[in-house]
Amino acid sequence: MPDAFIYDAVRTPRGRGKPDGSLHEVSSLGLAVTALQAVRERNKLAGPEIDDVILGCVDPVGEAGGDIARAAAISSGYSYKVPGVQINRFCASGLDSVNFAAGEIMSGQHDLAIGGGVESMSRVGIGASGGAWPVDPTIAIPSYFMPQGVSADLIATKYGFSRDDVDAYAVESQKRAAKAWEEGRFKHSIVPVKDVNGITLLDRDEHMRPGTDMQSLAALKPSFAFYAEQGGFDAVAIQAHPEVEKLNYVHHAGNSSGIVDGAAAVLVGSKEAGEQHGLKPRVKIRAYANIGSDPALMLTGPVDVTKKVLHRAGMTIADIDLFEVNEAFAAVVLRYLEAFDLDPAKVNVNGGAIAMGHPLGATGAMLMGIAIDELERTGKSTALVTLCIGAGMGTATIVERV
Amino acid sequence: MNLVNFRFETGADGVALATWDMPERTMNVITPEVMDELEQLIDTVVAAPDVKGCVIASGKTAFSGGADLSMLQHGAAQYARALKEQGEDAANKHFFEFSRRLSLLYRKLETCGKPFAVAIHGVCLGGAFELALACHYRVMADDEKTKVGLPEIKVGLFPGAGGTQRVSRIMQTGDALQFLFRGDQIKPRAALGAKLVHEIAPKSEIVERARAFIVNGGKAQAPWDAKEFKTPSGRVFSPTGMMIWPAANAIYRRETYDNYPAAKAILHAVYEGLQLPMDQALTVESRWFAHILRSKEAAAMIRSLFLSKNELDKGAHRPKDVGPTNLKKIGIIGAGFMGAGVGYISALNGLDVVLIDRDQESADKGVVTIDKLISSSVSKGRATAADKDSLMARVVATADYAALKGCDLVLEAVFEDRAVKADVTKRAQEVVGADVIFASNTSTLPITSLAETTQKPENFIGIHFFSPVEKMLLVEVILGEKTSDRALATALDFVRIIKKTPIVVNDSRGFFANRCVLNYVREGQIMLVDGVPPAMIENVARMAGMPVGPLSLNDEVALDLGWKILQATKKDLGEGSVDPAQERVLRFMVEENSRFGRKNGKGFYDYQANGTKSLWPGLSALAQSELDPDTLDVAEMKQRFLVTQAVEAARAMAERVVTDPREADVGSILGFGFAPFTGGVISYIDGMGTKNFVALCDKLAATYGPRFEPPQLLRDMAAKGETFYGRFMPQKMAA
Repeated sequence: MPDAFIYDAVRTPRGRGKPDGSLHEVSSLGLAVTALQAVRERNKLAGPEIDDVILGCVDPVGEAGGDIARAAAISSGYSYKVPGVQINRFCASGLDSVNFAAGEIMSGQHDLAIGGGVESMSRVGIGASGGAWPVDPTIAIPSYFMPQGVSADLIATKYGFSRDDVDAYAVESQKRAAKAWEEGRFKHSIVPVKDVNGITLLDRDEHMRPGTDMQSLAALKPSFAFYAEQGGFDAVAIQAHPEVEKLNYVHHAGNSSGIVDGAAAVLVGSKEAGEQHGLKPRVKIRAYANIGSDPALMLTGPVDVTKKVLHRAGMTIADIDLFEVNEAFAAVVLRYLEAFDLDPAKVNVNGGAIAMGHPLGATGAMLMGIAIDELERTGKSTALVTLCIGAGMGTATIVERV
Repeated sequence: MNLVNFRFETGADGVALATWDMPERTMNVITPEVMDELEQLIDTVVAAPDVKGCVIASGKTAFSGGADLSMLQHGAAQYARALKEQGEDAANKHFFEFSRRLSLLYRKLETCGKPFAVAIHGVCLGGAFELALACHYRVMADDEKTKVGLPEIKVGLFPGAGGTQRVSRIMQTGDALQFLFRGDQIKPRAALGAKLVHEIAPKSEIVERARAFIVNGGKAQAPWDAKEFKTPSGRVFSPTGMMIWPAANAIYRRETYDNYPAAKAILHAVYEGLQLPMDQALTVESRWFAHILRSKEAAAMIRSLFLSKNELDKGAHRPKDVGPTNLKKIGIIGAGFMGAGVGYISALNGLDVVLIDRDQESADKGVVTIDKLISSSVSKGRATAADKDSLMARVVATADYAALKGCDLVLEAVFEDRAVKADVTKRAQEVVGADVIFASNTSTLPITSLAETTQKPENFIGIHFFSPVEKMLLVEVILGEKTSDRALATALDFVRIIKKTPIVVNDSRGFFANRCVLNYVREGQIMLVDGVPPAMIENVARMAGMPVGPLSLNDEVALDLGWKILQATKKDLGEGSVDPAQERVLRFMVEENSRFGRKNGKGFYDYQANGTKSLWPGLSALAQSELDPDTLDVAEMKQRFLVTQAVEAARAMAERVVTDPREADVGSILGFGFAPFTGGVISYIDGMGTKNFVALCDKLAATYGPRFEPPQLLRDMAAKGETFYGRFMPQKMAA
């Protein structure tokens, strides 16, 4: 079986996902094109040598609908010969698109492909694509559907993470992100988003609040208590995990991932294809995995899928030097740390989505780029990237520097 | 036309009037014959060129209570038979066609091309209200007695003749779902406000108003059949829909613990139906209706909550050869909460009440209690000030036993002490004589032994109320060894007057209901000692279908009372008669920590001043080990809670404490809220089959101890493949 290598990874900065965000005026297509063009230019690709462009997008409707990957491939100047496909596995879509690309390489069907993702949350809106899961009784009831924030609060309650615990994690995320930007750790991979005249619209993640401390977070009210109680979701949570007497509502805007706009692209290929096009491999994809997990807790999939992917790779948790665990909510990462008894110094070392935001379909590809940059910066060897996913799933990928 | 159940006449204005008035019935119900005649009616109206349209009204004091549930009760059995005879495909199709007949008939009326209007007075419920909803115009009498509603959900069904589709096209989705889930009966003004009817009018005018709709050219088209129709909440897949449906699904689970398939079917039918044109929407509703009609839950709930309850209410066990007892005046000794509660419901239902206590002050306290109860009804609009005045005028409170003179029945509700009870009985009998029936409201003392202290034990009987009397529907009537038929008839007549449901029980420790309840509470205590997290005990018990968790229930009843009973039991029956885990729990709570339950604000829960409660953290000291909740088998825990009660009920049947499975079933649901979707303790066993139940008992006994061991009767029944209903009342077998 051929190995799959990652040759490059780029991402746009993340714009605040509101009408006053710097990327609000940029379409979903525009964001995707920015990332794809950068891959083409940085790697001096002619274009047609790309066998497929796979983009994750969680709300692929309206301007993001109708296979945005194909539109982005053409608009980015790759040639009409480059096809594209849009995939959706909710929050892990960006990582899955990298894995899907890797799978095509490993199976020998493609030589060079791009995986990535795009989400303009300010323009399309979270939940815009609808879907049966929250509304159709056929799935909503047996899957214990509840809003993700309520699931996050259920995780915190079940595993005993206090408001202080989750807030402290959030403060640390902000600190690490601020330091990473300060030291230019992201500079190799960030592609500024520009207007038609070449004027830079955004070149830096704009969701961060570096001054965040425990005190400022303490002023925030829990975000999910009202809806949980009015909508009956507290009862759903308790029926799924009946040892819980009542939910402890600890999550709020300051310790949950930010709503942002952004796109990312990762160039994946075989050894031969890299040599043919004069590309230098950065990491090898050791293994990847997907899994379904308890849909009520919903966001503990990273724990389950990490066990699975380690097993597939024939590795143990101690073999991993660096972890990127998507900061959907603080409790997700705290649970991950607890489940594997991990040293927090190895996990999300440059901050995460709490500080910089979570452009749903793009985040997985962004985390992969951040992990690769960090391995190279520190000279370490292995990284594991994983994300929690709506409806209770997990995706994980292990890469190793070459 | 060959009509028996309707009168049909066409007026000079060309409007036909169909008056629904079934012979030999006090209430109109929907039967196959009524469906046949409605079909003829529609055909006639359509075919007659001089008939403009038709008004449907009732010739009875009410419109109609809906479908004849005994017609629907046998759905599961009919389907099972068809399955055997015709195979699955044919049985499914046949049953589907059978169960959608009413829906198709109503749709035919709605689309027949001529306008139909309905004039509603009195209750108009279930299938009858669905008929009204299919009419193009609905006029409702504006009076106290007139109510509309779709109460099907209360017996494990749902409105399957267009009700879910028409209501969800009239009301906002959230309101429609709530109306369908709750099964409430709605008064005229509320019905008008909700647009469920078009007009309200004095009763004498409703037919004319309905007629006027037709005369004035009312359209023979339902709003939802118009091209421009939009559902009140818009499309399901819309931002509004995203606000409604996730919460609807969650609230369904919150309210039902996913135990009630009929409620879930409402969600399915409305969710799917709102995305379809009316004809297909009705078809989808019918598919769900057929599915529910053949469910175990519907059969069990119709049997216990409707048919059996009605039979018991009517005095199924009243001795036939005892003439009417004509109760007018009753005496109640003991004006505490229980005595006053009985006094209240007696006076509420027209009886004269003499309330006796040891002194005037104590007797007057009972009057205050009664005043509070009726005043609360007045303030909620359920009674008028005049009702209150006449009720209070029927109550006499005194310490003077002489006031009991002329009472037709005397009931004591004094402290649970043999000497006190014997004394008040004697004093009362000195006034009223030994021939008046005397009843005790004891919950713990054997009736036979209390009867021995009276002059004529045959005139002594137990009438055991549940607290709070004004809310709890069940009454246990307890027969002592010598209790006569006249005493039983008197007690049952009394229970009927005060609108409670009686079950007749032979004398035995704890009678029937409390035996089962105590087992339930004990199971919770044992789990606590085993190390199950307390919240999990409470939540899983509710998930099993119980209305309150065992720890909560124990707190309400009072832990010190439980501790006293436990010690008394130990004294009477020996060391082995009490469960060591239970003893440990109660000693720890009562003796070591002075936690007596809600009454002192400290029990298994801490009770806060603002009315909230939370589990006492100190309970962790009771756990012998700390069990990981993720490794506990929730399904088995649910079974433990239900089986421990059901096996006790089976023992009560084996001991002939209860003799009629209907009484055990109805008593278990009304008395202690045993998982209603099962149909009650006995239907729970029959529903899974005695063989499976015995196997389950044996499995639980092997793991958790002999308290789960089934009585020999059950083993015999399992061996022969018998059910309780089959063995004890063969004519009631189908469920």
